[in-house]
Amino acid sequence: MREFDYRRAHDVQHALTLLAADPDARFLGGGTNLVDLMKTGVERPTRLVDVRELPLDGIEPTAEGGLRIGATVTNSDLAAHPDVRRHHPALAQAVLAGASGQLRNMATVGGNLLQRTRCGYFTDVSGPCNKRVPGSGCPAVTGEHHQHAVLGASDHCVAVHPSDMGVALTALDAVVGYETGEGPEEKPITDFYLPVGDTPHRETALPPGALITHLILPPPPAGARSRYRKVRERASYAFAIGSVAARLTVEDGRVAEARLALGAVASRPWRAHAAEAVLTGAPAGGATFAEAADAELAAARPLPRNGYKVPLMRNLVVSVLTELAEEATR
Amino acid sequence: MTTTPPAHRSVGTARTRVEGRDKVTGAARYAAEIPFTGLAHGWLVLSTITRGRIREIHTAPVLDMPGVLTVLHHGNAPRLHTDYVGLLGVPPDPAACLFQHDRVPFAGWPVALVVAGTPEQAREAAEALTVTYEEEPHDTALTADHPDAYVPEGGMPAETSKGDLEAELAASAVVVDEEYTTPEEQHSMMEPHAATARWDDGRLEVVDSNQGAGWVQGELATLFSLDPAAVRVRSEHIGGGFGSKGLRAHQVGAVMAATALDRPVRVVLSRRQLFSLAGYRSPTIQRVRLGAGADGRLRALEHRSLNQTSQVYEFLEPSAGVARVMYDAPAHRTAHRLVRLDVPSPTWMRAPGEASGSFAIEVALDELAERTGTDPIELRLRNEPDAGPVSGLPFSSRNLAACFREGARRFGWQDRDPRPGLRREGRWLLGTGTAAASFGAGAAPSTAQITAEPDGSFTVRIAAADIGTGARTALTLIAADALDTTPEHVRVRIGDSDFGPAMIAGGSMGTRSWAWAITAAAQDLRERLIPGTAVPPDGITVRSDTTAALGALSRKERHSFGAQFAEVAVDTATGEIRVRRMLGIFAAGRIVNPLTARGQLLGGMTWGISMALHEEAVRDHHTGAHYAPDLAGYHVATHADVPHLEADWVDDHDPDDPVGIKGIGEIGIVGAAAALTNAVWHATGTRHRHLPLRPDRILTAAPGTKGEPTKRA
Amino acid sequence: MAPEPSPTSSAITLHINGEKHHLSVDHRTTLLDALRERLDLTGTKKGCDQGQCGACTVLVDRRRVVSCLTLAVTAQDREVTTVEGLADGDDLHPVQQAFLDLDGYQCGYCTPGQICSAIALIEEHAAGWPSAVTPDVDPDATPAPLTPDEIRERLSGNLCRCGAYVSIVQAVAHAATTHGRRPAPTTEEGAA
Repeated sequence: MREFDYRRAHDVQHALTLLAADPDARFLGGGTNLVDLMKTGVERPTRLVDVRELPLDGIEPTAEGGLRIGATVTNSDLAAHPDVRRHHPALAQAVLAGASGQLRNMATVGGNLLQRTRCGYFTDVSGPCNKRVPGSGCPAVTGEHHQHAVLGASDHCVAVHPSDMGVALTALDAVVGYETGEGPEEKPITDFYLPVGDTPHRETALPPGALITHLILPPPPAGARSRYRKVRERASYAFAIGSVAARLTVEDGRVAEARLALGAVASRPWRAHAAEAVLTGAPAGGATFAEAADAELAAARPLPRNGYKVPLMRNLVVSVLTELAEEATR
Repeated sequence: MTTTPPAHRSVGTARTRVEGRDKVTGAARYAAEIPFTGLAHGWLVLSTITRGRIREIHTAPVLDMPGVLTVLHHGNAPRLHTDYVGLLGVPPDPAACLFQHDRVPFAGWPVALVVAGTPEQAREAAEALTVTYEEEPHDTALTADHPDAYVPEGGMPAETSKGDLEAELAASAVVVDEEYTTPEEQHSMMEPHAATARWDDGRLEVVDSNQGAGWVQGELATLFSLDPAAVRVRSEHIGGGFGSKGLRAHQVGAVMAATALDRPVRVVLSRRQLFSLAGYRSPTIQRVRLGAGADGRLRALEHRSLNQTSQVYEFLEPSAGVARVMYDAPAHRTAHRLVRLDVPSPTWMRAPGEASGSFAIEVALDELAERTGTDPIELRLRNEPDAGPVSGLPFSSRNLAACFREGARRFGWQDRDPRPGLRREGRWLLGTGTAAASFGAGAAPSTAQITAEPDGSFTVRIAAADIGTGARTALTLIAADALDTTPEHVRVRIGDSDFGPAMIAGGSMGTRSWAWAITAAAQDLRERLIPGTAVPPDGITVRSDTTAALGALSRKERHSFGAQFAEVAVDTATGEIRVRRMLGIFAAGRIVNPLTARGQLLGGMTWGISMALHEEAVRDHHTGAHYAPDLAGYHVATHADVPHLEADWVDDHDPDDPVGIKGIGEIGIVGAAAALTNAVWHATGTRHRHLPLRPDRILTAAPGTKGEPTKRA
Repeated sequence: MAPEPSPTSSAITLHINGEKHHLSVDHRTTLLDALRERLDLTGTKKGCDQGQCGACTVLVDRRRVVSCLTLAVTAQDREVTTVEGLADGDDLHPVQQAFLDLDGYQCGYCTPGQICSAIALIEEHAAGWPSAVTPDVDPDATPAPLTPDEIRERLSGNLCRCGAYVSIVQAVAHAATTHGRRPAPTTEEGAA
């Protein structure tokens, strides 16, 4: 780890100023990902701007009936918040499915959104990686990619986004708010994360130097049920090999509204628009759910050694939607 | 010798650990936690290529970095004496014999040691050190048909054979002929290897984390051509070992640097470095052929195992050795083959040979039970041998049948419907399975000292190691009984090579070997203590050496045995497996401390869960290096993976054994992965033969699933 | 009074186990290394140094964190509790006593982290925080008791390679009960 300057920011403007003063500065939130990446040499900042004491740690109702979640709210506080649990159970479940009690106490909402992939080539600075060193190559395409992407990947990068929280936020139509220094901006989370294309090192639409300040969660429709399910290679404390966040509203046996996002299958939380199109208005049953899953996964391009993710995601989508439909009609 | 029955009986009663308070308050100090004045810190630099030669090490820029004291490498390191055979009958692993040449035989080979004033400075400088290489093509992939497979020599026989295998197979009513594989597994003890070395008045002192202080002392003295009396190794508390904590690069690096700088130097391996420098269990490709009559009685048994070793060291994972103890047949063949690859050297890891070998043979037996329509327990009981299948020697005691009977009763085996794939609970299919276990009960020569103190207490000194086994407490109970006193009057001091030669904590032989030496010394001491006479101020000290007594032990097959039972829930739509319960019943000699003994057996069974479901070190064969070598990439079982497990034991008495202890550190893992795999078959109807039972393997094997099972790069 | 910042190090005050420690730290120094290398508080263990094992768990402002990913300079002005600060003189904390009595460890290296984590999880459960195995996260649902499965999930960030999980869970359940918390049921249900 290289030596660095450390500053605590007192307010958002102060944070932006401190960051702008050093081109190799980074914001420090919980540090659960950044400090680890600094230890492995992936990140070598010369200044850390600690933003955890900024007054961004509240969760408040919005005028529209949704929630405004501050960027420095910890994962633990987010998952424990009564309004999150009551109105957005998929989000609480997703956060609780991630990491460990200790890491959730440290990790912040803003930091979670910006966490980097856990691809083993990305974290090994002795070898190439297009995400870490643009143009150096992607060893995963021909090497180890058992846990890598099957949707939306390119020859340049097949890494997956590691977040559980982000998958739920993507299903729940969250909006990311940030401050650039020239005023606040907001962007739907589906636009916040960029497609991988030939620029895997560019992961989000966050302008350079900007600070995430909050999330907006719109209110769910009346009668909606949401759920997050995660499959991993051990029962806890592991990244997903596949996950599903879904929200379903059923009226008279038909799907009135469906929101579906898939995790651990793409470079970003994957919003399943094709599946939602099949679901909306269709009978809420197994045949519809299977058709929806197939519609989304028709675009899957598995690599030689991660083809299992296609049936895994199909089964997981059907299983979670079936559970939600049963809950809705109970 | 006294003939009156002793008044005190501590062995067999549950006792909390004598060092327990220190462990729960954080007062127990491990190797990297003893303070030294003027301490410097060393950080190893490992090769980033897999095979080749070091061209240049650019030390000058690094020597100018803040706090850097020296950079050791093959160009300036002292020459070591490496041509010797150590305490355990094997030469040193060249990966520990630092900087003796410019060759790189595997990825993660140590090429330099950077020493600096603080750990942060040392690490940053080590990462800044530029090393250039001449790279050569490498081969790191173990394949069943590898052309370089060879028959290893030395150690146990590579092959055993009797009878006409092909004729008996041809005459068998039922034949099982399958391949089973296990992946590379890593010890992953919680405490990384750490050593601090310093010279003190002409004597080399090393504070280390190891499984045998005297063992490592002997190795270091020989390597550095020092008088053994001038080397002292201490290892008081050890954060897990499992076979990995012997002579390793960290001690050698610390000694080299402490010598070069004439100040104390500490070297701690990082979690990533452990993956290439601390040994591992070799992957295995095993072939089992069983031939049996319609009643399940074996006519032919063949177990072949192919394993890997490094280019610089030969280590055999003796997986095919299990059948030499467990099952007999008129035609019986076991065989090992090795392939030298451009990989690190494997080593002993909890139940070496038995853990991986029992997976293959015990799943194969379950397949035989299925195909003959025989109950899996009944099948094993029908094939109980009267004597060692290969040696022909009698068993000192073999209470496997008693383990199965007691286990079946407690597990509720009699109510089991043998048909697979029938039991469903929500999205989960349920199944149960069983397997047998065995592990050798050996002993090795050891010495012990006991001092009768003037205050009526006793001090025992023995170079034993407590790597978490509870040995310190067990030896306290053993000594108390042997001295006819209470444990409160006995202090057991361990982990210091100055206490004299002793067996290491390994091979499930530690407590048995040390107890033998302590018992012998105690008998001697009691004869010297004259009732009514005061003990002199310096106490009365006696020493024992069990070398002769061990040599007098009759030749027999001496083993622990066990029966493993497991119940699993499997979701074939996602491939998830949840273990619901396990029961292990063991025949493991005399149980010294039931509280810690249960922990040892449960720990082994927990390793079985981890081996069955999780563990797999992945190597990218293009780069030749590990993929994601850390505890997020290499999964061991978490709390959530381990349900309530039960372990218990049956009486197991060996009439001609003076100590009667068999060792319990390893048998708990043996057969556990097979019992779980057999339970997955019973739940789903699909037979799995490759570990770990990853979700993708379960999912893609399920009927009606489209998709390919994953092979790792 | 805030210390004058230098480019790469700071003079800080750490509040640890009720005591103040003034020291100058390289900004790279983690709380874990500050405890172990600078303050001789070696009860907190380094197992992986990258947040993947939990051996370095301490309480910061009564919440459990991994000290290996906490920079020491960020712990300024916070109350840090390590395993050395849990006992009240000779009286062990109930969780420590339960680990000792029920043999909730083997090698002991993960133990300080397990104990700190267990103390926090009992508090978190008492505060009504759900976990990944809580059947219903709805805050209006009946609070889930601290079952063995709840303990296992909540303690999964603390690896124990010796495999002492069975007795660790028994120790935590016992301590939670003697703490005056809702007693855990005695039945052992599978995780599935």
